[in-house]
Amino acid sequence: MSDNAGVEEIKERNKQMISEVLTAYPEKTAKKRAKHLATFDEGKSDCGVKSNLKTIPGVMTIRGCAYAGAKGVVWGPIKDMVHISHGPVGCGQYSWAARRNYFVGTTGVDAFATMQFTSDFQENDIVFGGDKKLAKIIDEIEVLFPLNKGISVLSECPVGLIGDDIEGVSKAKAKQIGKTIVPVRCEGFRGISQSLGHHIANDSIRDHVFGKLGDKPARFESTPYDVTIIGDYNIGGDAWASRILLEEMGLRVIAQWSGDGTLAELESTPHAKLNLIHCYRSMNYISRHMEEKYGIPWIEYNFFGPTKIAESLRSIASHFDDKIKEGAERVIAKYTVLTDAVVAKYRPRLEGKKVMLFVGGLRPRHVIGAYEDLGMEIVGTGYEFGHNDDYQRTTHYVKDGTLIYDDITSFEFEKFVEKVKPDMVGSGIKEKYIFQKMGVPFRQMHSWDYSGPYHGYDGFPVFARDMDMAINAPVWKMTKAPY
Amino acid sequence: MAKLRQIAFYGKGGIGKSTTSQNTLAALAEMGQKILIVGCDPKADSTRLILHAKAQNSILSLAAEKGTIEDIELEEVMKYGYQKIRCVESGGPEPGVGCAGRGVITAINFLEENGAYENLDYVSYDVLGDVVCGGFAMPIRENKAQEIYIVMSGEMMAMYAANNISKGILKYANSGGVRLGGLICNERQTDKELELAENMAKKLGSKLIYFVPRDNVVQHAELRRMTVIEYAPESAQAEHYRTLAKKIHENAGQGVIPTPITMDELEEMLMEHGIIKNIDESLIGKKATEVAA
Repeated sequence: MSDNAGVEEIKERNKQMISEVLTAYPEKTAKKRAKHLATFDEGKSDCGVKSNLKTIPGVMTIRGCAYAGAKGVVWGPIKDMVHISHGPVGCGQYSWAARRNYFVGTTGVDAFATMQFTSDFQENDIVFGGDKKLAKIIDEIEVLFPLNKGISVLSECPVGLIGDDIEGVSKAKAKQIGKTIVPVRCEGFRGISQSLGHHIANDSIRDHVFGKLGDKPARFESTPYDVTIIGDYNIGGDAWASRILLEEMGLRVIAQWSGDGTLAELESTPHAKLNLIHCYRSMNYISRHMEEKYGIPWIEYNFFGPTKIAESLRSIASHFDDKIKEGAERVIAKYTVLTDAVVAKYRPRLEGKKVMLFVGGLRPRHVIGAYEDLGMEIVGTGYEFGHNDDYQRTTHYVKDGTLIYDDITSFEFEKFVEKVKPDMVGSGIKEKYIFQKMGVPFRQMHSWDYSGPYHGYDGFPVFARDMDMAINAPVWKMTKAPY
Repeated sequence: MAKLRQIAFYGKGGIGKSTTSQNTLAALAEMGQKILIVGCDPKADSTRLILHAKAQNSILSLAAEKGTIEDIELEEVMKYGYQKIRCVESGGPEPGVGCAGRGVITAINFLEENGAYENLDYVSYDVLGDVVCGGFAMPIRENKAQEIYIVMSGEMMAMYAANNISKGILKYANSGGVRLGGLICNERQTDKELELAENMAKKLGSKLIYFVPRDNVVQHAELRRMTVIEYAPESAQAEHYRTLAKKIHENAGQGVIPTPITMDELEEMLMEHGIIKNIDESLIGKKATEVAA
């Protein structure tokens, strides 16, 4: 396919490619998968795919489970609380510090985000129930880590199966030690992906953190400029790179959810003037709740790449007075010098390069602007666990003819990459080596491939360098792709 | 030595499984059979009449005490009772916590791995109530009990339970070779009990192995934590249990794949025998006051 193929040609190719891929499946599976694969048509209100449905048994999916969503995403980064993976050891062990949520603090003293706490269920605990063990663990945590501010109890599958009363234990122990203990019913068998785990975790904050606050006034002096960062997990320092921009334009960030976050910040959030949501998928629930209950408005923003950052800073500023609006312009002007230089340096090396993405949360759409700032083009994208509202939001980002794949299977992904021949694929660790072995440059877009930050003006040069490094690495000149 | 026979007693809770099974096994022991009783009930009272006491150490309680199941020895949990019948109890959690079903699986695996089944003629499993989950189906799974004996009575719920247990047996019959040995009716003195029990057995494609009449001597023995066989060996009731034991002994290899019936068929059968009255469909779900109006 030539580079300047028309949109209609691309759409036709996509259609053929999709039907070809589907022929590999049994009839029933093909029928189901067909609904998750499409090409975006300009002007439509969504991407033309079904989403948030059960993965078909037998395919290799890229999804996680409810526990992954609740522990790995929402609760795990809250640094001054201890998060217990309650159940057998594996779930905790294999999700241990996997998301690179940076934080400031002294591990083991007042910060616990990179530690792994598990009740390590044995056969006896299954047979006799684990409630007593949980109570004992909480006692031990209090002795060993007295500076913890609270505890979350993240339920693994067996705990739900045997009907342990983690709510009862949490309530009794919370009263006894005088700290917040949050039972989270995020058993992995619940729901169809990690998405339900986000929702369950959001609800547990609503019930067990906000629920305890009552009508108590803020523990700080409020200002009209108090905002929060919600749905930024500070991967590689993302939230820091975002926070400084908001502060520089004159706002005060009173809470980070949940990267480098604390329990006190969660508790302060109902006093914010505006909630700023980065990852809509994982934290829209609590934001909507705060809007209903406390009347706090919320807006979504996007801090990937200078175009979207400027747009977002202006949109955030529009909720405040002129002082903040001026502040936003000042910040944009100041950093445009920097980003112009980054674009000048990298755009010639990356111009026209085609990228296929497959990630979770917000990234399948949010990062598109950053690529486009570098002259690159997104030719395919999809969500691991997105819902229809994510695909609706995606229409504002993708261009006509973009290939869309929901909950893509390993097989489909390989076949699409073979046919589309992108210059780079951005996805997760499980996908990385498959595509690199196929001779396709790759970046992990979950963990930033151990790099970052990618958010904010500080993140953009890192992002640009990393993409250049992946695509223009000399190694690709020494390999020959099999196609 | 004859091949090891594994049997299991199932039935509705409170129907008299433990009493019937212990008396029958005591009679089998009298006949010279070497027997192991495996109690599969967290209450751990399946061997009380044989041991004259509640088993002190159940497998799971001892495992919990020591840390893991690997830490316990067979001798610590196996006790010898009347006629040298060997007794073990799986034990399990107190009501309302944990997973008793998993406990049964753990306990049976422990017994097999530790050679508890050597030098025996019979292993008998006494399983609580209904087959509520996979754990309590353990004795009817592959390479465990060959024949299941369902203890029941002429009461409706006991027959529901018998039918449900048959469904459990059917599920594993083809993969594991388990068979329904037959029904044992423990008399409750309900209307037309014998007739009903025979009919139920027929419907399930099986037979009524024995009709055990009700006799207070059973309670007298039980108060002394004894089987009737031991307490009143000359009594008529002891003879009944001996006959039942003989029938079970002779029933080796005679088990069948049960043919459980539907709920409707079961209700129909009860109606036939006048146990439940045939009522107008239009009255279903109506309160007494509504019916009167």
